[in-house]
Amino acid sequence: MTDDDAVFRALADPTRRQLLDRLFERDGRTLTELESGMEMTRFGVMKHLRVLEEANLVTSRKDGRNKLHFLNPVPIRLVHDRWIDKYTEHRVSALAELKTQLEESA
Amino acid sequence: MTTMTTTTTQVYTVFIKATPEQIWEAITTPEFTSKYFYAARIELANGRRRAYGPDGELWGDEAILEEEPPRLLVHGWKGLYDPELAEEAPSRVTWEIEGQEGGVSRLTVTHDQLEGAPKTAESVAGGWMYVLSGLKTLLETGEPLV
Repeated sequence: MTDDDAVFRALADPTRRQLLDRLFERDGRTLTELESGMEMTRFGVMKHLRVLEEANLVTSRKDGRNKLHFLNPVPIRLVHDRWIDKYTEHRVSALAELKTQLEESA
Repeated sequence: MTTMTTTTTQVYTVFIKATPEQIWEAITTPEFTSKYFYAARIELANGRRRAYGPDGELWGDEAILEEEPPRLLVHGWKGLYDPELAEEAPSRVTWEIEGQEGGVSRLTVTHDQLEGAPKTAESVAGGWMYVLSGLKTLLETGEPLV
């Protein structure tokens, strides 16, 4: 599995996207904090966090006895650079070409 | 969309197909940093980490707190490139580089002690993401992100 595969797989689940959104709102949370308000068992949340950590979308740090989870947006940026930029750039240049053609024929 | 609450610690990680030595060189040599770090020329000298903008203006000048090439660099942070950020209290940046199997290294950047620098915290949040993805692209392809 490539890095991109792991990112897309991790993002393809609503619960995992919800966990990322919650870390975006407030970063550096414990499992207990993340679990509260989720309609899911602690074990379920742990499983989803593990998938997010494997995709490097979440990084964890020890803080005394607590394990804090941090949102790591770098892989999303890399997906953006590799995939999204490529296609939007093409569309922009296609529009620019269309404009040139229309103006030339006018 | 919910706005991000400013927190006092930010952690970013990226896996790069490069040796720890190559990554160290890329984060401590002005010829490299100018290709991915907002064009800043960054150098370590006399116990300080200095960053210069494209026209030679001073963007950062902070003490190096720990320096263990090629695996650990800790330095202060204060954004002299923006008057509002320059007024805030200094924070701290830690670069950790760990070699992994298969010629890959894991780079972790922790920006903490941001208690007295909420504007800096907000400003660097998108910045680190941009810098680290640019660094990875540069080291893996030899081409800077445009």
